[in-house]
Amino acid sequence: MGSGLTYNLMVVDQISDAEVDRLFFALADATRRDIVRRTLTDEFSVSALARQYPMSITAVQKHVAVLEEAGLVTRRKEGREQRVSGRLEGIEKARSLLDAYEEIWRGRIDRMGALLDEDPA
Amino acid sequence: MGLTSVVKDPEALTMTVTSEWDVDAERAWQLWADPRQLERWWGPPAYPATVVSHDLVPGGRVNYLMTGPEGDQPKGLWEVLEVQAPRRLVVSDAFADDDWNDSGIAAPMLMTVDIADRDGGGVVMTMTTTFASAEALEQMVAMGMEEGLTEAMAQIESVLASQPA
Repeated sequence: MGSGLTYNLMVVDQISDAEVDRLFFALADATRRDIVRRTLTDEFSVSALARQYPMSITAVQKHVAVLEEAGLVTRRKEGREQRVSGRLEGIEKARSLLDAYEEIWRGRIDRMGALLDEDPA
Repeated sequence: MGLTSVVKDPEALTMTVTSEWDVDAERAWQLWADPRQLERWWGPPAYPATVVSHDLVPGGRVNYLMTGPEGDQPKGLWEVLEVQAPRRLVVSDAFADDDWNDSGIAAPMLMTVDIADRDGGGVVMTMTTTFASAEALEQMVAMGMEEGLTEAMAQIESVLASQPA
């Protein structure tokens, strides 16, 4: 569907090379990608996230810190808990999500075109 | 030939994709009606689709799975609501569980396909997707994001290797 890069680049409007490096580094790890995916739809505490993976809370905290550094999630404190959520809000979020969904369909239309070129009748 | 417009309404949670093709309606319809053709364009290269069953009649179902580079196989399910070959198709598209039931991960999205003849030959094919909620849209994109990312990651592997953080 090819949407990932576009979506994540939209998260940060103006991006420097250093920010792109941080973004790619943040997303180069399967656990961190999974945390981004989960926190897009729900807020999670760090301890709840840690239960999803075979690793310590400290290890998960490090992953979350890398994601926060890249601007992909935000953390807030609630009592003793740290809560993690995806960064976009409200209508802006819907807009960005639709942009990402558009990329899915752009890929599909390209593939339809290739198929019709190959076998037009 | 190809994409002509994309109209997005973030408040109504709809997206309309319009495409034009130099083929007749019957040929365009086969993109949807022939499962072997459908699976060649539905999934991205890193997540090719396999159409497991395909019953394109009102009340029928289409079951498909996608195979990721790590062997993961997310499943999808269309419930066919309306079929007027070769002009119109309306389905609801949901994430399926291992028994091909709606997994309930996200509310199904409604997808409408219209194929109209174009003046001077060829067709206009319009796909409209309506999401039940922002959450349903998020789930869809999150799924697509994971798939897209896997692809993107493969492409930038060498960049990462040359720029250790």
